[in-house]
Amino acid sequence: MSDGQEIATRPASEMEAKEASTGRTAGLVLRPPADVFEETDGITLQLDMPGVSKERLSVQTDKNTLTVEGDVQIAMGQGMDALYAEVHSTHYRRSFTLSGELEPEKTEANLKDGVLTLRIPKRSELRPRRIDVRAV
Amino acid sequence: MLGSLTNFESLFDELRRMEQDMDELFGRWAAPAGIRSVSRGTFPPTNVGATANTVDVYLFAPGLDPKGFEVSVQQNLLLVSGERRLPLQEKATYYRQERFGGEFRRVITLPEDVDATRVEARYRDGILQITLQRKEAARPRQIQVQ
Repeated sequence: MSDGQEIATRPASEMEAKEASTGRTAGLVLRPPADVFEETDGITLQLDMPGVSKERLSVQTDKNTLTVEGDVQIAMGQGMDALYAEVHSTHYRRSFTLSGELEPEKTEANLKDGVLTLRIPKRSELRPRRIDVRAV
Repeated sequence: MLGSLTNFESLFDELRRMEQDMDELFGRWAAPAGIRSVSRGTFPPTNVGATANTVDVYLFAPGLDPKGFEVSVQQNLLLVSGERRLPLQEKATYYRQERFGGEFRRVITLPEDVDATRVEARYRDGILQITLQRKEAARPRQIQVQ
C-alpha cells in the first residue's frame, strides 16, 4: 500500500496564489508541522497548532483536498510591546491532497492542547482483506 | 541585551501607532543577533512581550502535560525545560514526521527589571505563558507639574 503517499502538501506556488487571492501574504501564514501515518483502516494526521481553540479551528474537505486553518489567540496585557519574536503570525493554514480510497466525509477531528489529530478512514471495501487459506 | 534593544525603539514607536494586534506586534519584529539568539526550528518557539507592569513570555509548546515543564528564573534569565514524548505507532507506516519530539531546554534573557519572586505560569491550548512582574522602581511614573 503506497497510496498514502498521495497525501502531500500542495506545491508552494499554488498555495501562494491562494493566499494572494485572500489578501494574506505568504509570510504571515504559519505552516503547522505534521506527522502523517497510515494503518490498515485509515490515515492519521497530527498537526501542531499551539494557541488555537476549537472555536477558532476550521477543517474542510473539498473534493480530494483537506484544508486545516486556525487562528491563535493569546492573552496580552494592555499596551504590550514586542521584545522578541519567533512566531510572526497568528494564522495557520495547510492543505493535503487525499487519495481516492479515503473517506474524508468520515474524518474524525480532535483538538487537545494545541495538537490537532485527524483520522480519515479508508473505504471499507478497499481495506486489505485477510484471505483464509484452507487445507483441502 | 538591553543595549541592543534600545536600537529598536524607533521601530517600537511605529508599532505603537498600529493596532495592538499580535500580527502587527510580533509579525514585524526584526531579530537582533543576540548572544543567546537561536536558529530557526528551536523548540518551543518563543515570543516575549512587555507592558508597563509585566514581561510576558509565550512558549508555543503544544501537546504537553503542564506538570512536565520545569520553569525557573535566575535574576533576569528564564529557564524552561521539559520533554515531549511522541510515541510511534508501531504497526503504522509513516509518511511525515515533522513534529518535534524529545527533550528541550530554552534560556530566555529578560529585561533586568523583572522580579524573580513574582512569576506566574499558565498553560492553555498548547501555549505556556509566563508572566513576570516588573520591579516597582522601574515602572514609568507620572510626574506632576506644579
